[in-house]
Amino acid sequence: MELKDERDIAAPPQAVWAALLDADVLRQCVPGCTEMDGNADDGFTATVVQKVGPVKATFKGEVTLSDMKPPYSLTIAGAGKGGPAGFASGGADVVLTPSETGTLLSYDVNAKVGGKIAQLGSRLIDSFASKMADQFFDDFKKVVEGGGEDAPAADAPAEEKKGWVKRLIGSKD
Amino acid sequence: MPKDSGIGASSKRREDVRFLTGTGNYTDDINIYGQLHVHFLRADVAHAVLNGVDTSAAEGMPGVQRIFTGADFEAVGSIPCGWLITDRHGDPMQEPRHPVLAHGKIRHVGEPICAVVADTLAQARDAAEAIVLDYDALPAVIDMKDAIGADAPKVHDDLTGNLCYDWGFVEENRQAVDDAIKGAAHVTTLELVNNRLIANPMEPRVAVGEYNRADDFHTLHTTSQNPHVIRLLMGAFVLGIPEHKLRVVAPDVGGGFGTKIFHYQEEAFVTFAAKALNRPVKWTSTRSEAFMSDAHGRDHVTKIELALDAENNFVAVRTETYANMGAYLSTFASCTPTWLHGTLMAGNYKTPHIYVNVKAVFTNTVPVDAYRGAGRPEATFQLERVIDMAAHELGVDPIALRRQNFITEFPYATPVAVEYDTGDYHATMDKLIDIADFAGFDARRAESEAKGKLRGLGVNCYIEACGIAPSNLVGQLGARAGLYDAATVRVNATGSISVMVGAHSHGQGHETSFPQVISEMIGIPEDQIDIVHGDTSKIPFGMGTYGSRSLAVCGSAMVRAAEKVINKAKKIAAHLMEASEGDIELKDGRFSVAGTDKSVAWGDVTLAAYVPHNYPLTDIEPGLEETAFYDPANFTYPSGAYSCEVELDPETGHVKIERFCAADDFGNIINPMIVSGQVHGGIAQGIGQAMMEGCAYDSDGQLLSASYMDYAMPRAGDVPFYTVDHSCQTPCTHNPLGVKGCGEAGAIGSPPSLVNAVLDAINSGPGKKVAHINMPLTPSRVWAAMQ
Repeated sequence: MELKDERDIAAPPQAVWAALLDADVLRQCVPGCTEMDGNADDGFTATVVQKVGPVKATFKGEVTLSDMKPPYSLTIAGAGKGGPAGFASGGADVVLTPSETGTLLSYDVNAKVGGKIAQLGSRLIDSFASKMADQFFDDFKKVVEGGGEDAPAADAPAEEKKGWVKRLIGSKD
Repeated sequence: MPKDSGIGASSKRREDVRFLTGTGNYTDDINIYGQLHVHFLRADVAHAVLNGVDTSAAEGMPGVQRIFTGADFEAVGSIPCGWLITDRHGDPMQEPRHPVLAHGKIRHVGEPICAVVADTLAQARDAAEAIVLDYDALPAVIDMKDAIGADAPKVHDDLTGNLCYDWGFVEENRQAVDDAIKGAAHVTTLELVNNRLIANPMEPRVAVGEYNRADDFHTLHTTSQNPHVIRLLMGAFVLGIPEHKLRVVAPDVGGGFGTKIFHYQEEAFVTFAAKALNRPVKWTSTRSEAFMSDAHGRDHVTKIELALDAENNFVAVRTETYANMGAYLSTFASCTPTWLHGTLMAGNYKTPHIYVNVKAVFTNTVPVDAYRGAGRPEATFQLERVIDMAAHELGVDPIALRRQNFITEFPYATPVAVEYDTGDYHATMDKLIDIADFAGFDARRAESEAKGKLRGLGVNCYIEACGIAPSNLVGQLGARAGLYDAATVRVNATGSISVMVGAHSHGQGHETSFPQVISEMIGIPEDQIDIVHGDTSKIPFGMGTYGSRSLAVCGSAMVRAAEKVINKAKKIAAHLMEASEGDIELKDGRFSVAGTDKSVAWGDVTLAAYVPHNYPLTDIEPGLEETAFYDPANFTYPSGAYSCEVELDPETGHVKIERFCAADDFGNIINPMIVSGQVHGGIAQGIGQAMMEGCAYDSDGQLLSASYMDYAMPRAGDVPFYTVDHSCQTPCTHNPLGVKGCGEAGAIGSPPSLVNAVLDAINSGPGKKVAHINMPLTPSRVWAAMQ
């Protein structure tokens, strides 16, 4: 399946770009992500718990960034294996364009599943992937624009709730 | 007056007592002391290079006895294909190696890669999660026409492309057919898909392997339609076990529909592993595994051309079919779209020129093989659809067009190499018109139209070929097995009888109908006769049950064996009554001397055979047990005419099947109730194919219809009350019972009339005219076609 959408983010492209390369941000924004390690150069490793239709699984996988043209565009690719549940893989071409309010982030996502998820949940994949992408970019927007009451992860450590831009620019209060 | 026992009686199925009271003994009911459980780690990608399998983490997990991989089976044979097809150019088909466990490459979703054997099934499943597969995914080939394109990825690297064979039948007729089509007054062309199906027997496959080190003896309990075939294929070709050291038992089997004919990897695995571990090993398929490891059915893409002269006589039929083999050749995969399909293309019609071309193609999908009807439904569907289409194009009545072209003289040699012995196609059509009340159709259509609905009536004929034979002919055609059957009639001292048969009953009711034949021949009650089947250690070497062959082939063997028994019993009776053997008559269980009042009972004679105190020991041996093998001279050719009446909601495309009528000619009938049941079941499966069932893969080879959420099976509410009639009877001329076989007719004969009826409904309305819709005719497809 494939889907396209865009978000207006009230932050400059450089800040959005840096956020996209940050493991902590990705962990907060990838729906169901419980662990995210690594860095933009070597790639990330991630653990994601998700339920597609009747199939719930823990996916362990890798996220790689490529075609990086800072701070304008990159490709995010991920593949995860969910044991007996099968596998999921996907990618997003992300383009950042400066706008009046900050940055217009547009994305073009594709996703693939295999094994039991495909066998039992194939009818649900389109809406599932669309929901996942929406949730990721919504949360990403919130994190980048600064947390406050809208901070995505209620159980996240206090420091992370402060908003990513503030942290980036060094505010410690 | 209906009979209450013997041939022609509707004796109630005695096996149903145990099935309906939960006392059947299925393979999964077999648990052997010390048994281990195996869980197969199956591929979740369709096509990949398998670089390695890391089982190290899994091996130490609780309860794990051993983990097997493809490397363990390198020295073991390939799962064999039972039929060698020779292509149009005289070359043998391409035949890839079919490993027990994938090795080096993965070729379809569901292919077994590792087998984890553990103390419990839960432990085996847990350990399988810890196995790490190192593979590189390859592009998959799913569409058959893509698969034989120049740049298509190869399913098997060691073959030249994905074409298994390009078969022409009859190749010598090709030019004559082309010429006849060129010169025809009218040619109707239809391109269609015969949808891929998943058999879904109620009982999933199960295999339990057992090994006795003391005498180096193997036993395999398995859900099979033909235990001797499995013993031969697996023993001789895969594992190299001598047949006297291998027993195969197929106890109660909960439906097969063809998909339990074939020899599967799991059977070979449990047999192999039981010896390797010196413990019994059991595998029970989950329903999810069944969807992606039981052989699928049908999956043809066909172009058929029907040529007619100016008087609407059929002058030629030409077909081109792509038949999906899946990733490997299943046991009878190669013969289903060829010898079980091409030979049927004459149908019920005297078409003089016929040419059939079949291209069998490998794809990254589950292997495809015989499913109820096997080749014959595919032949019937295309022929009966194109005839209806021609009638439409020519503006003639579809029944009249069929009648005009019926074969009426028998025996009839078709241009596709078979000879029909008997039949009366006008008689079954007359019967159909009567039982289906065609006269009242216009009034019923008007009623439907008054409700805003469209009503359609569809008709078709069918011919099928059952009891594939004779062995010397099929051997020339490439069969790697004989196609006879065998029976042993063992008379016990007190007169009761056990009949050991090579046929296997998994829903057909043999335990009831076979004794009816013996009861009729000897005149003793049916309950004095039992059928023994499904165990190679108990029965003579028979070929099992498929292709509606049991009664015509194995039943004939049983009759021959019973005749030998009766002949010997007459000698004993003659001795007991001091009469001449030629004067002895057997009636109602008594032997009498013609023209006298002297008689002895069946039991007196059988007791004398085993307690031979007063016995002609110098002339005949004691005992009363005979075996016969029977190899038929020809196929049998059941035929019939079917009709379907549907009501269609033009707003939604929903089709309701209002009536379904079947007039069959099965030759002589042993048990009319069982025959009706077989026809009912077959029609239900035909309705499934025509209206709702469809196996779906995505372009990556992921199986999307892998559960009952996405694969629709017909339920009680989806099928109408059937009207079935089998009073038209032209007995088979070459078997002793004059029987033809009825197991597949319903599935063969029903899909065309369903589709013909829906198209008739659509085209009776004011909207767009529709020439064809591919099955299954789901509401969305019907509605879309109407827009």
